[in-house]
Parts: sequence; C-alpha cells; structure tokens
Amino acid sequence: MPATKLPPSRPQTNVMLSRVAHSLYWMSRYIERAENIARLLEVNLQLLLDFQGLDEAHRKEHWDSIILSTGEEKLFEEHYKIADSRTVTEFLAFDLRNPGSILACVFSARENARMIRDQISAEMWETLNELHLYLKSQNTTDVWAAGPHEFFSRIKQASHLFQGLTGATYSRSEGWEFIEFGKYLERADKTTRILDVKYHILLPNASDVGGAVDTAQWQAVLRSASALEAYRRAHVSAILPWKAAEFLIFSDSFPRSLHYCVVQIEEFLRRILGETAARPKSDAARAARRLLADLQSLTITDVIDEGLHEFLQEIQTTLDKIGDEVVQITMFYPAESSTEEQQQQQQQ
Amino acid sequence: MAKDLLSRSEQPKPIIVSLISSTYDAGAFFDEMFEPGGKTVRPHYRRLAERLTTLPEADFNHRRAAVDLAFLRRGVTFTVYNDSEGTERIFPFDLIPRIIPGKEWAKLEAGLIQRITALNLFLHDLYHEQKILKDKIIPAALILGAKHFRREFMNFNVPRDIYVHICGTDLIRDHAGNYLVLEDNLRCPSGASYMLENRVAMRRAFPNLFASYGVRPVETYGESLLKSLLHLAPDRTEKPNVVLLTPGVYNSAYFEHTFLARQMGIPIVEGRDLVVQGKKVFMRTTAGLVQVDVIYRRIDDDFLDPTVFRPDSMLGVPGLVGAYRAGHVALANSIGTGVADDKVIYAFVPKIIKYYLGEEPLLANVNTYLASEALDRKFILENIAKLVVKSANEAGGYGMLIGPASTKAECESFRTQVAANPRNFIAQDPIALSRSPTYCDGELQGRHIDLRPYILYGKKVTVTPGGLTRVALRKGSLVVNSSQGGGSKDTWVLQGDE
Repeated sequence: MPATKLPPSRPQTNVMLSRVAHSLYWMSRYIERAENIARLLEVNLQLLLDFQGLDEAHRKEHWDSIILSTGEEKLFEEHYKIADSRTVTEFLAFDLRNPGSILACVFSARENARMIRDQISAEMWETLNELHLYLKSQNTTDVWAAGPHEFFSRIKQASHLFQGLTGATYSRSEGWEFIEFGKYLERADKTTRILDVKYHILLPNASDVGGAVDTAQWQAVLRSASALEAYRRAHVSAILPWKAAEFLIFSDSFPRSLHYCVVQIEEFLRRILGETAARPKSDAARAARRLLADLQSLTITDVIDEGLHEFLQEIQTTLDKIGDEVVQITMFYPAESSTEEQQQQQQQ
Repeated sequence: MAKDLLSRSEQPKPIIVSLISSTYDAGAFFDEMFEPGGKTVRPHYRRLAERLTTLPEADFNHRRAAVDLAFLRRGVTFTVYNDSEGTERIFPFDLIPRIIPGKEWAKLEAGLIQRITALNLFLHDLYHEQKILKDKIIPAALILGAKHFRREFMNFNVPRDIYVHICGTDLIRDHAGNYLVLEDNLRCPSGASYMLENRVAMRRAFPNLFASYGVRPVETYGESLLKSLLHLAPDRTEKPNVVLLTPGVYNSAYFEHTFLARQMGIPIVEGRDLVVQGKKVFMRTTAGLVQVDVIYRRIDDDFLDPTVFRPDSMLGVPGLVGAYRAGHVALANSIGTGVADDKVIYAFVPKIIKYYLGEEPLLANVNTYLASEALDRKFILENIAKLVVKSANEAGGYGMLIGPASTKAECESFRTQVAANPRNFIAQDPIALSRSPTYCDGELQGRHIDLRPYILYGKKVTVTPGGLTRVALRKGSLVVNSSQGGGSKDTWVLQGDE
C-alpha cells in the first residue's frame, strides 16, 4: 500500500471522513452559487424592463456581459446563437449542459447532500430535496409564462432557509468549518463577478458617469448582491459609482462584501488546516492572509488606478488557488468507484 | 356503538367498512382482516375497522397524499435500475396496517430465534468439523459445490462465534393462515429502514389509533443493531469505531444505508474511504488515519476485497480480509454466511434444527423439491407447470418461475435449465399467500402479502416486534419485491391480542 499523504495533524475530537468534508464543502458552495446566479439573472431581467428604450446593440452587449462575468462564454457560444433575455435565462437557469446553471448547481448540491445524508440534519436535507423536486417540475416556458420572479425567489428563499437551518441545526464541528469555508469562498467569487458585470457592460463615457443609466446600472449591481438597502444605510446620498464599488469590496460589516468574505475565509481556512502559528505553513493560508491584508489596506483609489477589472480577476485567481489547495491538503483519494458496480450489488 | 362492538361478551356484529365496498371479496385466500366470507372482522382488526368506518374517504385520501409527499420530501426512496434517468422512487406505501396479535407474535418470535440459533451452529460446524456432513444429514456435495461456501474460511474463528448478526427471514401464510418460512436472508438483508419509516408515517396519519391500540414499538431497532455490532469489537479500546460500509450513492439501497448510519450515529464509508495497513483497517479522515473496529458491511462477499475475491472490484478494500483474519476488525455479517441461505440448503433447515438443537422446528418450511435429488427432479420436470421454480442463488424475485402463471415456453425454458444444472434449482408447491385489504382503485381490495421480521444476534438474540410487510399491489400478483411492483405496509404487533 503506498503511503497516504496526510494532512497536518490537529487536535481532534470528532472524526470526519475526507470524503464527507469534501461533500459538505461542495454542497455549501453549490447552493450559494445557485442563489447568486438567481439574483444576478433576476436583477438584470428587471433592469432591462426599466430601459425599454435601449437599442438592440446595447441589449446584446448587456447580456454578453453577463455571460462573460460567469466565465462560460465559450460554452454559451457552442449552444446558442444570440444572447438575449430568453437564451441567457435558459443557459443560466435550466441548461444542464452548463455545470454552472441554477439547475445543475441545485442538483449537485442535493447529490452531495444525499451522499452525506447521514451527516447533516433532516431539516437541511429536506430543504435541498424540496428545492430539487420543485425545480424538476419547472421549465423555461412555464417560468416565463408565470413571470420569473416567483421562480427566482423560490431559489433564493431555499438557499437562505438552508443556510439559516445549517446555522441552527448543525454542530459547530469540523464539518461546520468546511460548510462555512465553502460558502464564503463561493460568495466572494460571485461578488467579484457581479462587480465585473458593470465593467463589461460599459466603461462609461465621461458624459455618462453619474447619469441615469449609469446610476441604474450601479443600483442593479448592488441589488445583485442584495446590497442596495445596506448601501443606502451606509451612504445616505445618491448612488455614486465608486462608492458602490467601494462598498462591495471593502465594507467590513456587509456579509457579501469581499472584505467580509475574506475575513471568514481566512479564519475558517486556518481552523481547517490547523494553522495556529503567526507565520502560516501552507500556501493557501499565506495567500488568504495576503489577500486579507490587501482588502484591509488598499483604498478604492488604488483599485481604480490598477483597474477594477484587473483587480477583480486577480482576486478570482487567488480564491481558486486557495480552494484547490485546501481540497488537496485535506482530501486524498484513489480512483472513483464505478457506478455500475455499486448498482450491481444484489439486494436481499 | 363502539362499546358494543368491543365488548367480548357479546357476539361480534358483522361490520361493513365504508371504504370496503360491500362486495369486498376475501376470495379463497386467508384474509388477514376478515373471517372467511369477507363480512366479519377479526377481533384484532376491529378497532381499525371502526376507525375506518368513521373516516370519510376524502379524509383517508388526504392522509394518503400527505404520507406520500412526506416520503418524497424526506427522500425515502430507492433507485430503480434499468431506468436511464436513474430515477428515485418512493416505495409505495399502503395505509392499512398489518396487525399481529401478541400471542401469535410470541410463537413467531420463538420460531425465528430457534431458526437463527440453529443456522449459526450450522455455519460454525460447516467451517470447522463438518459433523453434519459426516453424519450424512446433508450431502457433502451440496455444500462443497455451493456458490457461497468460502473454503478460505475453514477453521477460522469468527468473533464471539456469531456468523449471522443481522437476519431477515421472509414469512408467508398459507390458505389456513399457518406461517411458513419462505427464505432466510443471511447476507445483507435490507428493508429495516422502511420498517422504521413506515411507522413514522403511520403515527402521523393515525396518531390516536396508536394510543388506543397498544402497538409494540419498533424504534429500538437502531439501538439494538448498534449494540449487536459493538458486541463484536476487538478489545483494542473502550470506544470502538463502528462504520457502515456501503457500495455507494448509486446503490438502490443507499437511502437505507444512510438511514441506519444516522440511527446509530456511526459514519457511513465507501471502500475508498478505508485503507489497510499492518492488517489493521483505517478510515481516511481530515485528521489522518483512524482505526476501525467493526464494519457493518452492506457489500456482498465477492466485492469486499479485490485481493481475495473478485480482483476487478473497486468497491472493496484491498487487505480487508487479511485484517479480518488477523482479528483486528469484525465484520457483520461474517463472510461465507450465504451458504446457509442458499435455496437448496433451505430445504434442509428443519433437519438442521433437529440436528443441532434436538427440537422440532417451530416454524415450518414451504414444501420443497430438490432438483439435485433424482426422485424430486423427475417430479419437478413432469409437473413444472404446477410448481414454483427458483434458482438457488438469486434474490429480489429474479430467476424464478411461477408455473401456474407462466406460458408454456417459459416453463419449457426452465425445464431445460433445471435438467442442465439441477444443483442450481429447487421447486416448491405454490402457496396461496394470505391477503390483506389494501387501498387500490378507490376501494379496499385483497392483495397478497408477506412479512420480513428482523432478527439481531448480539449478546442475545432479539426480534424487533414488527417487520416489513410487503404487498403485491398488482391484482392477483404474488411477487412482493419492490423492484417488481411491490409496496409495503406498517406491521403492528400488539401488546395484547385485540
């Protein structure tokens, strides 16, 4: 038997299988992802209703930017000719060929939960299972006919319910650390992408900055991150473009700001990897700490000077690396077992 | 009115249940609820009948829908094979419970304990001195040629001398209501989770009925199972680690695996979660390797360890059998128990009981013919259309011929198979399985049922009062397996007799 690569040791009371940790992490990421996509889609569908006057070119540009922000533009082009509200909804909400669609995410969240059904509370499982049953009964045509609002709010509510129930029914154990780590990692990533939509939509002409369209778009960005009300409480004045970006990047109290998410990521990552020393041992912990330091020391002016898009992209790359490394350190596995064989097992 | 019906001094009045059309046909079968004729309710069903009389059909249907929805929401499902979507379905559940009076159960319980005790002694003997073969009670060729006989385990001492820790014995009732053993499941019997889930569903649907009836609880099953497993742990530590080994999430019984693990609070593991080092079994955790003491395995022998059994198996754990042999880990059930639930060996169980215990069997077998015996074979081949023919090693209702319900071509095909490979077949007289009223097409109709009680062998042998009653939902069908149109019912064992 080849020696097994072991994670750094840590004081241990409860034993957690690596596979279970892995599933908790992905379950948590996928449900958070589904929720974010639902919000992103809903807000932008509404936004376009507010701008009936937009010409074809602008509309297309708008939807293109959304696809771009999800990073799945190639996949989209393979399957769809044009980007409009219908095709983008289909692609992001229902298309199982897109692993990042709402449907695919909910299925994955539920499948991961099913694998570890014995590890999570009945309430958590039932919430995901019910959402899954609901989605299976829906399709684009129906959703469109009924108005998509109901559909998107079901997704968001289920996600909130799930996260609330997790907080209320899941023990603060190592599994909890994986759940929270996954959730905040996914949320941070999605916040960068929501911000990036604005970059893709249009680099405003000097004359547009602060204009009606610009303001509406920033409002949409804030709403996509459920941040509009929180922003208003923080900044009583009108929505100023860079103030909005500043809020979503640097706020230290809003639970979807990058800064807030990275504080959580850094904390849970240290607990998972048992990083107690002042100088971290793993690359992941070092990267997380560096990112946190940036978010605590830079100003919005620094970000504008570097370029918002470049700044966000760099953060996305760092988050990916952190996630991958944590998975690698704590989870070491031989080949997958075969599905067919699992099924073959005769039942007595 | 209710009081009149309950008083024992009076002659019971015939009750016609509103859900049962006045034409309820008990048929030529033993009906669990009705006396012959189909009008008079048996005493232990009387309170249920009263409840149903006062229950409007709409209300009944409402409860039925609520129960189905609860199963779906909670994911109490099984996976259907040969279905391209890998569909998960709920196991159809019928709201009319099967009720067993306390006295009747006491007899069953004694019979089941006797049976598992004898089978354990038999397995011990087979893997040691083989006295029963030397005394020619069972032809040695039948054992040595059996698919599930594991000669690698000759003279191996299993922990605490227990081979079968979890047993599910299938019982049926004949036209006179006598309980007969249809088969023993000594490898990885499934279905206990449905026994428990069905009870939860019934409690929700008819909470008051439970209170008045005095139904014995089944909820102790998880705890008893864990106790039986802990009983096997090697003396390494005071806190042994028990795990449930599953083939994985795509297995049809995966729900059950997670359910039982949850009931016991033990981790559920796949083969890839385990690793053997120095003849000890460890699980891979986020904190490194942690030793495992007892494995409740829901994987067949063949797949347990690719270095010993099927080399192509990816479900098992290389080196597991070595660790087991070294006594560092216990398995439940033990390896090689399948030799005793072989359908051919089944025919010998009455003799086995007499041989080891010196007692008459308390529970009878179904009359069985062995194709391996010349006289029996001749009889089978000549009467195949009147018999039920079973392949020795299949489960789940596969590899089976019900002569009276089959075409000539099907009978012919089995006749050829039996003649070619007699060791692999047995035949039985068809039994007119008992029936229970079951809600079908808007009314109660008689449907055939069987019963699988669960027997646990730990420090002592316990039988959970109840079990899984399976029902063949298709009209006239005798096949109760979930893979072939079967459903289930809650099984009530009463404290008293009514």
